[in-house]
Amino acid sequence: MAATTGTSGLLHRRPALRAGLLLAPPMLWLGVAYLGALAALFVTAFWAQNSFTGDVERTWTLANFHDLVTIGVYRTIALRTLAIALLVTVVDAVIAFPVALYMAKVASPRVQRLLVVAVLMPLWASYLVKAYAWRGMLGTGGLVSDLLKPFGLDTPGYGLTALVVTLAYLWLPYMVLPIYAGLERLPGSLLEASADLGARNGTTLRRIVLPTVFPAFVAGSIFTFSLTMGDYIAVRIVGGPNQMLGNVVYDNVGAANNLPFAAAVATVPVVVMLVYLAAVRRTGALESL
Amino acid sequence: MTVSRGFRIVLRALTVVALVVIYAPLALVVLNSFNTNKSFAWPPTGLTLHWWGAAARSDGARAALLVSVEVALIATAVSLVLGTMAALALQRHRFFGRNAVSLLIILPIALPGIVTGIALNNAFRTVFGWELGFATIVVAHATFCIVTVFNNVQARLRRLGGNLEEASMDLGAGTVTTFRLVTLPLLRSALLAGGLLAFALSFDEIIVTTFTAGAREQTLPLWIFNNLFRPNQAPVVNVVAAVLIVASIVPIVLAQRLSGAQSEGLAGAR
Repeated sequence: MAATTGTSGLLHRRPALRAGLLLAPPMLWLGVAYLGALAALFVTAFWAQNSFTGDVERTWTLANFHDLVTIGVYRTIALRTLAIALLVTVVDAVIAFPVALYMAKVASPRVQRLLVVAVLMPLWASYLVKAYAWRGMLGTGGLVSDLLKPFGLDTPGYGLTALVVTLAYLWLPYMVLPIYAGLERLPGSLLEASADLGARNGTTLRRIVLPTVFPAFVAGSIFTFSLTMGDYIAVRIVGGPNQMLGNVVYDNVGAANNLPFAAAVATVPVVVMLVYLAAVRRTGALESL
Repeated sequence: MTVSRGFRIVLRALTVVALVVIYAPLALVVLNSFNTNKSFAWPPTGLTLHWWGAAARSDGARAALLVSVEVALIATAVSLVLGTMAALALQRHRFFGRNAVSLLIILPIALPGIVTGIALNNAFRTVFGWELGFATIVVAHATFCIVTVFNNVQARLRRLGGNLEEASMDLGAGTVTTFRLVTLPLLRSALLAGGLLAFALSFDEIIVTTFTAGAREQTLPLWIFNNLFRPNQAPVVNVVAAVLIVASIVPIVLAQRLSGAQSEGLAGAR
């Protein structure tokens, strides 16, 4: 039989070999180029920096982590970054849910398709362009101050409020899309049953819809959280003088040339994300990414 | 859904407001590219095509655009191959450590970009001893693009099941022939959707690129960022931004044409 001769036959008879051959190239790439790089980075976090020559000294020390925990500025920045990530995630979830609900359960199929495109489109427009647009809008005499003037308010100016607004804007589609996908999978009969049993809209939402699409919220929050934790560009565009963890890492790699300390700072978002990923693995959120 | 009329109206109103907020900044960028005022005074004092001419003559922007397209094309090609291989292995075989493998593929986008950036920067320079440049950008981009292809292909394989492939094998086709004549054609739209996302991801990336580009290479996002705060260049940057916004409609229309590919493609977007 033709299928059992030559390479093709060998692959057919030995599924393990086939799986191995298929897996080897991507695993080599990710294992060497990515995991290896990550490991090397975190080893560096335990090395010292010669303050005269600026060279990395390969002696084991916990000094970088000690600095990170004991120097007040870094603690403030770490907590601020976490708070901003949390706030951005909540804002996005609150805005995304009604939009996704309208898209999935109210809109006609044609409107539904159009809305998916409308929400997706900004994802393809450049990140910088969008951050930059908000810089223009939030500036003095910009669109925001024009719009708020009738209410006796003014633009918040460049600062933490502007940063949260901009980041929430940037990551909103990442939250809308998983929730929309989750709601679309939710069978309409479930909602009808709930209504037939006498539940009002609010009760159905709280007891049926929200619990079933919870993994979708988590999937969206992985994006909004991770993207915010690593950001150092939006904060430079609209954040005023404030700093995030990303800025500390960036400055220590660049201007300060202190890679060991930068690596130590970088462990904070990594640990936060890994703990978060481990915590949400049971919800099945990773499959709805 | 048995939604009451009032609730439906509230949802529609909220959606309209959200869409206005989503599109207002983008519209403003396009409008400002015609603004005669260099500092984008609001409302525009007058309209001009001057900046569009200046942008068309900008060598820096054109060179950066070329680098971005080249990087994105190669990174997409690499991630198409690697992502498909990983998806086939994971979806068609059961083995120990399967979950670890899928976590490893997700990790480059689940971890903040700056971590990926400095890790690769450090590895390229000190471990591999490479000089940063075009090749290192491509390697870095391919690393985080694999996941979009992987997600799309895996979702498609899961939906297809293995029946057609088994039928092909039963009829005497070998593994390679089956892949070429049966599996690959069935995957085509998933590959296109994944590839489009990978391209967009690479084209727009700035954080990892900052750390892997070195001094000589400049992608379009790097060019934009470097010129953003220069008063004389700001109007030209704005035109480039407007072009990018308008151009972003193209891949969306393309993705929409691929029937069925769209719902899988969404989730991998990032």
